[in-house]
Amino acid sequence: MGIPAYWRTRAQRYALVGEVCHKCGAKIFPPRDVCPECSRPASDPFTFSGRGEVYSFSTIYQPPEGFEEFVPYTVAIVKLEEGPLVTAQLTDVDPAEVHIGMPVEMVTRKLREEGEEGQIIYGYKFRPLLRNTLTPRPSGQAA
Amino acid sequence: MKPVKDVGIIGYGAYVPRYRLPASEVARVWKNGEDVLPVHEKSVPGLDEDTATMAIEAARSALQRAGVDPQLIGAVWVGSESHPYAVKPTSTIVAEALGIVPNTLAGDWEFACKAGTEALQASIGLVGSGMARYALAIGMDTAQGRPGDALEYTAAAGGAAYIVGPAEEALAVFEGSFSYVTDTPDFFRRPYQHYPQHGSRFTGEPAYFKHIQAAAKALMEELGARPEDFTYAVFHQPNIKFPQQVAKMLGFRPEQIKPGLLVGEIGNTYAGSSLIGLSATLDAAKPGDRILLVSFGSGAGSDAFALRVTEAIEERRARAYLTREYVSRRKPIDYGLYVRYRRKLHMH
Ligand SMILES: [Zn+2]
Repeated sequence: MGIPAYWRTRAQRYALVGEVCHKCGAKIFPPRDVCPECSRPASDPFTFSGRGEVYSFSTIYQPPEGFEEFVPYTVAIVKLEEGPLVTAQLTDVDPAEVHIGMPVEMVTRKLREEGEEGQIIYGYKFRPLLRNTLTPRPSGQAA
Repeated sequence: MKPVKDVGIIGYGAYVPRYRLPASEVARVWKNGEDVLPVHEKSVPGLDEDTATMAIEAARSALQRAGVDPQLIGAVWVGSESHPYAVKPTSTIVAEALGIVPNTLAGDWEFACKAGTEALQASIGLVGSGMARYALAIGMDTAQGRPGDALEYTAAAGGAAYIVGPAEEALAVFEGSFSYVTDTPDFFRRPYQHYPQHGSRFTGEPAYFKHIQAAAKALMEELGARPEDFTYAVFHQPNIKFPQQVAKMLGFRPEQIKPGLLVGEIGNTYAGSSLIGLSATLDAAKPGDRILLVSFGSGAGSDAFALRVTEAIEERRARAYLTREYVSRRKPIDYGLYVRYRRKLHMH
C-alpha cells in the first residue's frame, strides 16, 4: 500500500471504526460496501469498544518483509464483543502466555516503519486486558 | 496567573510501558556492578511504542474520564522531546485516533522536561479565555541516555494526558499558576544528535532547585498559601533525591510528595514526569484536597500550578485505569533485551 491507501484507512486502523448496518443492526468490521448479514448496502460509522477475546492464534517466527524486527510475535483472530472477527497482532504479551479465550483490548501501536526515511504506520493491535472490572469504553456511532 | 474564566481538569489518564530495566543492570554492564543507583528501575517502551502511541492511550483514558464529545475539544497539544517525526506533528496522529479532527488546533510543544506543563498552561489560557470549550494537553516521552552515561539509569518512557475544561465540570479546579524561565545551558541536544549533553554538577543548584523554588514560592505568595495548606505536592522527578530535597527546602513533608513520587519505579519520564506524578496523586486524592504541581525543564524553567480537587473525582477516577495499574504491570528485562528494544543494535 502507498501513502494514499494508508491515509484512507486511518480511522479504521487507529480506532477500530467500522460500520453498523442500519437495516439489521449488524456491527461490521472492517467497513465494506455490503452488510455481510443481510446483503443490504452498508451503513453508518461505528466505533468498536476494543474489547474481545482470542479466538485463535499463531506465533510467527518467519515474518513477512517489514516485520522482521518484531519476531517472535503472535497474530490472533480476535472475536470482538460486538461480534465481528478481526485479525491482528498481539502485543505486550509473551507468546507462551497466549491462550484461546484470553480477554484482550485494543491498543493503537506502530505496525511498521517504511524504512528509516519513510512513514510510520500506526494501527490496532490487542493486548491482554489490564483489568476486567472497568466499565468498557463506550462504543457507538461517534466517528 | 489566572484566566478570565475559572477552569479545571475534567479528565486525566496516565501511561507507562510494560518493560523495566533495573538500574543494577546498567551498573553491571558499565560500572562492574558498583555504583550509587539513582532509581530502582526504569520503564522501557516496547518495539511498537513511541510518543504517539503512548499519548493516544493516556488521552483515551482522559477522554473516558471526561465523558465529553471529542469534537468539542479545541486543541490537542503534545509536549515531548521524543516526537516520532522530526517534521510532522504527533498531535495530529493523536487527534485522529481520538476522533477530535478536523476542527481543532493541534501542535507539538518542546521544552525538555516541561514541554507537557507548558501545553497545560496554554490550555488553561485557551479554555479560560473562551476560545475553546475543552483542550487536551499531554506530556509524554521515550527518553534516551547515551550508553554508559549517568542518564542511562533514569531516561524512561511514560507520561499523562489532561483535558482542561470549565470549572463547573472539573474534577480539580486550577486556583492559579505561575511560570519562571531563564536561559540556562544545563542540558541540551543539537539537531541530528541522538543523545543529549549535560553539565553534571550544573544540573542541580542553578537549574533544578533554583527554578522550581522560584516558581513554587511565587505561586504560593500570589495565592497567600503555605506548604502546609496543600495536601499533596508533585515536583519534577529526574531521580529520587532531587524532588525529596526540593520538597524539604520549600517546607513540604515527605508524606505530601509520597503518592506522586514514582521515579524510583519507572525512572524519569521527562515531559511526562511531573504530569504522571500528578495523575498518581489524583488517583489518591479526596474532594477538597489541594495539590501543588511544579515541573522543571532544562534550558531552563518551571511551571507551577495549584489545584483544588472537587466532588467529581471519585466517579471520574473509576472510569479508566489508574496510574498504579500501569506502574505495577512490569516485566523486567536485562541489558541485552534493552539494547534490542531501544534499537541500539545496528542490523545492517
Ligand atoms: Zn445488515
